Amino acid sequence: MRIENEGKGEFSSMAMQLWADGALDEALNIMENADEANVISTLDQMPLTSDEFITLLSPIADNFRQQIEETAKELTRLRFGKTVNLYIPLYLSNHCINNCSYCWFGTDQNFERKVLSIQEAREEAKLLYRVGYRNILLVAGEDPKATSVEYLAEMILLMKEIGFVFVAIETQIFSTDEYSKLGAAGLDSVTVYQETYDPILYSKAHPSGPKRDYMWRINAPDRIAQAGIRGVSVGVLLGLGDFRREAITLATHIKHLNKAHWQTSVSASFPRIHSAPNGFSSEHAVSDTELVRLILAMRLTFPDSTLAISTRETPKLRDQLFGMGINQASAGSRTSPGGYSGGGAGEQFPVADDRTPMEVASAIQDKGLEWVFKDWDINFKPIK
Amino acid sequence: MNDTFTIGGREFYSRLLVGTGKFRSSEEMVAAIEASGTELVTVSLRRVDLDSPSDHILKFIDPEKYLVLPNTSGARNAEEAIRLARLTKAAGISTWVKLEVTPDPRYLLPDPVETLKAAKILVGEGFTVLPYINADPVLAKRLEDVGCATVMPLGAPIGSNLGIKTRENILIIVEQANIPVVVDAGIGAPSHASEAMEMGVDACLVNTAIAVANNSAMMARAFKKGVEAGREAYLAGIPKPLTTARSSSPTTGLPW
Repeated sequence: MRIENEGKGEFSSMAMQLWADGALDEALNIMENADEANVISTLDQMPLTSDEFITLLSPIADNFRQQIEETAKELTRLRFGKTVNLYIPLYLSNHCINNCSYCWFGTDQNFERKVLSIQEAREEAKLLYRVGYRNILLVAGEDPKATSVEYLAEMILLMKEIGFVFVAIETQIFSTDEYSKLGAAGLDSVTVYQETYDPILYSKAHPSGPKRDYMWRINAPDRIAQAGIRGVSVGVLLGLGDFRREAITLATHIKHLNKAHWQTSVSASFPRIHSAPNGFSSEHAVSDTELVRLILAMRLTFPDSTLAISTRETPKLRDQLFGMGINQASAGSRTSPGGYSGGGAGEQFPVADDRTPMEVASAIQDKGLEWVFKDWDINFKPIK
Repeated sequence: MNDTFTIGGREFYSRLLVGTGKFRSSEEMVAAIEASGTELVTVSLRRVDLDSPSDHILKFIDPEKYLVLPNTSGARNAEEAIRLARLTKAAGISTWVKLEVTPDPRYLLPDPVETLKAAKILVGEGFTVLPYINADPVLAKRLEDVGCATVMPLGAPIGSNLGIKTRENILIIVEQANIPVVVDAGIGAPSHASEAMEMGVDACLVNTAIAVANNSAMMARAFKKGVEAGREAYLAGIPKPLTTARSSSPTTGLPW
């Protein structure tokens, strides 16, 4: 079957076709039948077609890992130069009314809950500004009482006032009108991971709370673009579903967003489960080799998209990926509200790369790359 | 022979303009700029952080040696580009601006409507405006009419290293222009720069190809030579190619 990318509507209809009609099984056949000649031919011309992308997800692609890495490096350099952009997450709140099976912020988890006041957020943000960060990601669990649209708008304004030129959020998702309000406050980008595109698994992983609504979430990136926010970052939580099916849907999602919203900058991240609350067991753990394979295939398919990696991953893996597909990274992150200025409350996940920003910067330099704090301007506003 | 050209009343000897983005380090950037022999470097305002001396790209560029041309890269409409230009003027950085308005974040192709709008306003405010445009001859004339100092048509999408893919349109722009024509974007190798210069453009702007080379300074030198070779060939007059093969010294004794 053929799924048309008509560049209109919302992504949910395409996702439903992918997951309902056996289209993904057909795609996986391409992968399973891929031979070395198929892999070699993918490297002829960039960017990759969907068949070529799927071919590069195959384990057989690992036989050509060096060539694929070189191509990924070259494409990353052409677009982003010899640079890696650094950003920093600031956790505003760990209050949450969802109960996602994989997350430490869930309602079943018993730990110290905290939401930063304006004054506390100011103190945390100023510390980060002084380090040199100009790109900040505000993170919060989902709890409209703790972190309402008004609260987030106030926080975005605060960040801009302190001097951050690029302010993104990763929070509960909103309506188009609400995103427009946040845009008016200065919001530059929104990170929204579908976690899993598999509708059945999605229901299991999200037993309660507003996040249960698969459709509302899968169409959030469309709403963000419609609201005129300039950037949207998508991804899946690797380790939750079958990474091959998830990767194909993720790539299709980006193709849809690029075509439907020509002025929106779409980027991708690759969060991977390393530890989860008791009771969660992953049937689809993603190995380092698979993660790297995915990132390389994404770079060859999306030469112009920012691809980011967080401190969930180890220094060894991150250093390997800088410039090799990855052009944006966080560094020196704390994943608990108040974690920069004090001990912080409960954290969302433990970081695997606990190096200081300057240690990460020097690792980037050792790779022959420059780390960049500022690559945006405070005068850039939402599209609408 | 002094083969100079003039932009906004300022005379330039080097016909190679160099961008400062995408380098591995400031040191590498400075070495490449020096090796290129350029007198004009562009700086992306989005990368300038006046509040952070250590991350301040302008600190590394000697204003005595180079004219700094700030660009508005990242601006997606006239309003944003104008705002950036005004701030640059207010901060005392420059009254020159390379106008880039690119609403499409992937191919970074310039918006003709917003570029013309911004150019008109900025020229009116006394800026020396160098607009980045698609190779559109009519737009080039419109921009000349509103008082731009140059036009800067692209050879191919920015950062693509594809070379001069807009050849026929650039030739029309050169033929019609009364202001310097600078080919910007797409130039991936010194031979591409040579080709553009042979076509009669006044200068080339190169960034990615120099910055991402394994040896940026060496590549900058190569581009200097490429630009000079193309320029000299243009001045010398390039014989027109023939469409059929022809022996240069007949051996048959026949008169053809």
